[in-house]
Parts: sequence; C-alpha cells; structure tokens
Amino acid sequence: MDARDKHGHDARGRGCDGTMLYFIEQLLNGVQLGMLLFLLAAGLTLIFGIMDLVNLAHGSLYMLGAYFAATFATLTGSFVLGAILALAATFVSGVALEVIAIRPLYGRSHLDHVLGTFGLLLFFNELVRLVWGPAGMTLSLPSEMLTAVQIIPGVYYPAYRLVIIAATLAVAALLYILVMRTRLGMLIRAGASNREMVGALGVNIKLLYTLVFGLGAALAGFAGLMQAPILTVQIGMGENILILAFVVIIIGGIGSIRGAFVAAIVVGLIDTIGRAFLPDLLRAVLNTNTALTLAPALSSMSIYMLMAGILVFRPEGLFPAASK
Amino acid sequence: MIRPLIAGAAALALCAGPAMAQQKTIKIGFISTFSGPAAAIGNDMRNSFELGLDHMSRKLGGLPVEVIYEDDEIKPEVGVQKTQKLIESDHVDFIVGYIWSNVLLASLKPLVDSKTMTVVTNAGASQLAGEQCSPYVFSTSWNNDQTPAAIGTYMNQKGVKTAFLMGPNYAAGKDMLNGVQTTFKGQIVGQELTRWPDQLDFSAELSKARAAKPDAIFAFYPGGAGVQFVTQYAQSGLKGQIPLYTAFTIDDLSLPRLKDLAIGVPGAQEWVNDLPNDANKKFVADFKAKYKASPSFYGAQTYDAVALINSAVTAVKGDLSNKDGMRKEMEKADFKSVRGNFRFGNNHIPIQNFYLQDADKTADGGYALHTVSLIVKDDQDKFHDKCSMK
Repeated sequence: MDARDKHGHDARGRGCDGTMLYFIEQLLNGVQLGMLLFLLAAGLTLIFGIMDLVNLAHGSLYMLGAYFAATFATLTGSFVLGAILALAATFVSGVALEVIAIRPLYGRSHLDHVLGTFGLLLFFNELVRLVWGPAGMTLSLPSEMLTAVQIIPGVYYPAYRLVIIAATLAVAALLYILVMRTRLGMLIRAGASNREMVGALGVNIKLLYTLVFGLGAALAGFAGLMQAPILTVQIGMGENILILAFVVIIIGGIGSIRGAFVAAIVVGLIDTIGRAFLPDLLRAVLNTNTALTLAPALSSMSIYMLMAGILVFRPEGLFPAASK
Repeated sequence: MIRPLIAGAAALALCAGPAMAQQKTIKIGFISTFSGPAAAIGNDMRNSFELGLDHMSRKLGGLPVEVIYEDDEIKPEVGVQKTQKLIESDHVDFIVGYIWSNVLLASLKPLVDSKTMTVVTNAGASQLAGEQCSPYVFSTSWNNDQTPAAIGTYMNQKGVKTAFLMGPNYAAGKDMLNGVQTTFKGQIVGQELTRWPDQLDFSAELSKARAAKPDAIFAFYPGGAGVQFVTQYAQSGLKGQIPLYTAFTIDDLSLPRLKDLAIGVPGAQEWVNDLPNDANKKFVADFKAKYKASPSFYGAQTYDAVALINSAVTAVKGDLSNKDGMRKEMEKADFKSVRGNFRFGNNHIPIQNFYLQDADKTADGGYALHTVSLIVKDDQDKFHDKCSMK
C-alpha cells in the first residue's frame, strides 16, 4: 500500500537529514507566499509611492484577475491563454477604474482615499456577485501540474507552486528592467521622489498615473490568477491578503519596489516558519491542546510584531524611497 | 406638521387592522450565513427550509408562517446580536439554523435564558450536547464528535495504523480532531489546527503531513475551505501517496467545484442524497426541480427542522405558549426524517446512523455523492452523560 516508496522516499522516521530537507520544503513554502505578496505589494507601493493614493480596492483587482482567468480559461480551454487574456482584462479594468473613479480622489486626504476605495471594494464584491454569482469558481490546473517534483533528493515540492515562484521571479525581473532601465521607469522613479517637479517639467502626469495604476492592477491581477488554482476563486478573496500586502509595503518602505520584494519574502518566511515550527516548539513546554490552539494565534501575530518593531526602529521602512 | 401625523396614524391603523383580524402566525427566526463565500451554505439551508414550508403548504400546525432570515457573517459576535434581535425585537416563536459551532456557543445564552424554542440545524458544539444542554434546544444535525468518530472507525477497518489530523482552529475543529481519536485505534503522528476562517493556504501544514509519513491524513474543512484543502492536497502530489479521510469537507456544494479531485476521498455523513426512503426521494427530487442543484446535508438537516416544528405545533393545537407541550412532542421525533428514522437522546441530539460516502461521476457527466455502506448504527454522542436532562 505504500505508494510513496515508489517515489523514492526513505523509510519511516526522519533523522537529521530528514529534518533539514523538511526545513528546505518549508522555506520554499515561505518563499512562495512571499512571491504572491510581492506581486500585490509591488502595485500597491507604486500607487502609494507615486500617486500618494491609499488603495483599499487593490484586493478587488486581485479578485478580478482570478475571476477573469477562471472565465477565460473555461472559454478557451487553455490555462495559459486564459491567464494572458485575464492579465490584459485586469489591466484594462485598472485603467478604466483610474479614469472613472480614482482621478477625483487625487490630492484629497488619505481618509477620503480610504472611504472612496473602501466603497469601491464593496462595489466590486457586489458586481462580482451579480456577474458570476455567489458560489465562486474553480480554475482547474492541467493534470500534469497535480504532482510534486523532486527538486533535490528527498525534497518534493508541488509543481504548480514552483511555477508560481519562477513566474513571479520573471515578473520581478521585468519590473526591475522597466523601472530601472526605461524612460517610463525613470518617470515612475522621479514621480516617487518628487511629484510636483515631474509635473512642472512638462511630463503628462495624468497619463503616467493612469499607466502606473494599470500596471499595479495588472500585477494584482497576475497575483490573483496565479493564486486562483490554489485558493479557488471567490468573492472577497483579496481582502485578507491585502492586509498582509500593506504590512509588506510598510516594512519594505513605501514606494520602494526593492523594499517590497525583500519585505514580501521576509513576511512570507516568518508566516510560514511560524506555522510550521511554532506548534512543535510550544508543545515542548505546554500540553498538546493548549499548544495546538495557541500556535496559530501566535504565528499570525508574529508578522505584526515585526511590523511594530520596524515602525519603532526604522519608521521609513527597510528601503525608504528617496525623501519626498 | 399635522398632516404627516395623520398620515402616520392612518398607516398604523391600516397595518394594525388586518393583523388583528388575521389569525395567529408562527414567527420563525432563521440564522445562517448569507454573505461571503459561506453564503453558498446559507442559501442551501434557506432553499431547503423554503421547500419544506412549500411541502407543508406554508403552514405549520395549521398556522401561517413568517420567516425572518438573518446573516451571522460567520462571526460569533454578529450571531449573538442577531439572535438577541430576533428574541427581543421580533419576538419569534422559534429560532432555526446555525452553521458554525462558535456562533452557536456565543448565541446559546440568550436562547436558553429566554427559553426560545430552538432547532439547531448544523452546528454541533460538544458543550451543547453536554453541560450546556437545554430543554428548549434541539438539534437536527449531530454532535461534532460523531461524524469524525465514524470515519475513525472506518480508518480502523481499512487498517490505518498512523494518522495525521488537520482542521481549523475554532470550536468545531477541536471537537472533530478529538472525535477521530475516540474511535481511531492507531497512532496519531501529528495534528494541526489552522487559522480560521482566514487561512486558506495549507502549504506549511501539508509539508508537515508529508514529513510525518502517516498511513492516512484526516481533514475537517467545512464550506469553501474544503475545496481549497482538497485541491491543495491533490496539487501537493500527496493524493496517491497518503490517502485522505474526511468529515464535512466534501459535500454537494463543494463537489461541483472539486470534480475529479473529490473522487476516491471517503467521508462520513448521517445523510446522503441517495438514501432510499420516501421522504428523502421527495426532498431531493423537488429540490433539484426547484433550484437546479443538489441539496447538501446542511439543507437536509434544515428541511427536517420544518417537519419537527410542524409536529410540535400540531401537538399543542397551535398554542405557541405551551412550550413544554411542544418540547415533549419534539422529544418523540415523530416525523419522517430524510435521513430515515432517528430518535433524540436525553440531550436532544439525534441518535442516528452514519454512512460512508464517496463521490462519483454520473451518467450525464456531472458528479454526485453516494452511499457506500453503513459505518455505525444508532450512534450516540459521547457527551450525553454530562447533560443534566435525563
């Protein structure tokens, strides 16, 4: 009955090596969560850093990306084709959202941003309920993705999660090139450091804002569609993860993509390692039932404690964007 | 100033007139989840309740019915508020519903203090079966430990020697994990409670399960979380390596989304859509005809509540103030349940059969759950001794 022996697992019980391999697997889980957070945080930090806009509706774009992907993948019968179409659709939605609803919010107080975009969040939840229904959708993976790959001897990792890590790294590299090596990127960076000056120099700041918002939307949509096969597609799916993304941009430094990248991985690792090892650590000192109940609560607190620490010692974040 | 007053008075008179002339109605408060992803469960329960009322010609014990639906948002603090509102401001005669054990536990005190006749149609908190049992609270579902205990028995039959247990960190999750251990004779090599309801990615826990190398994984993930858990279990490549046994994780609501991933994953349940009794055949067929979907066990338990209330109101001839009369009648469980006949224990929790269920493809290309075998007959929860009602 031990089908796993065919996969080359060693015998029951793990020694020192086994613990190490298990640790590597958990590190990968943390990195994978970090990658997802980065995709969300990158758009959020760009929009916040450049347009000074607090966008609570960012999670809605993540949700839209997932719904678009599930819809297009069903229509075309191809996961990849569905993903590409969904990416384009989320970009267009982001641009439309900026032109219609976000523009009037520029230059107003952060409280107005929060109220306005919170309204948008509710609007999108209801819109999705009307269009796609309340039940949620499933984006199925091709069957060859339903397997674990042996990455180093003894370490198996879900194939699709490896795809997420690789795809996000590719997106991060593209984003780096876009921001650091192109004219548009120069304007984005300039916008993050000194908005008024960029406008004064005759740059079409309106267009720049629209593009940045669309780019942020596409990144959020990409996160949503990559995550859709794991988490399934449902209303409000972007809300919890958005809180983590805000934590990431605060730790990383608002407006800094590099900061978002580093902070996303740190947060991903802390969250996962906490979930993986805290219960066992607590069990060593407490009884099983208490440890079992306490561990999830403590591990979810850990990243907020990190954020509090960062706010005390480096209020600008790990990689502050150039001063405003 | 005067005109609106007159208009208001006239409106009041209009409202009051027919109400006084009308015969008495039964007011039923219904608490479930109608927002967020879990709204799928709440809708299934509401649809089943409405179908039950249709089958009774919208009258229970001869009295017309008014139902007030309230959304608990899966939050205990919201659930208790809505419960208080139904009791104190709507003055309902019955309260029906409750999906979540933690929401029920929070709402139990106002229910018991006000002696409101209550039919719990899903939540099975062990406290309700034990020390917090109440003469006026009945359950048409189960106690949390019963279903996992049944699957624990089945795991013994399958020769499982070591198991890894997983569930969410709230009242029911703890009850379920303890429930498996009441019958499972093998060794528990690890158990995890995950954050609830916001944690939907179980990568760290699945890695842990893989590392523990158990013969089997047991999981309890109700609602949408079940879809996520089973999907991630398959994506992790564990399917085919370590078999999964479930309670309340694969149901008629999640199956259309899980499709092939649910096939070959056994679960235990007190009701399956193909149970061959007449009441069930009528329920399932009419539900499918009316709502174009299969009912789930959540719906079946809620449908039973209609018949249970009907039996009570009929017995007291519509005298809703005779709570003890209704209680005594309800204790007989004298109605045709869609799960087949069952009886109530001293704590008003059903003593009933539990079946092994499995998912399969149907002839028309869809998916359906079906009964495989009877795991345990006339099962009673392990907490009834702690209940002061005898």
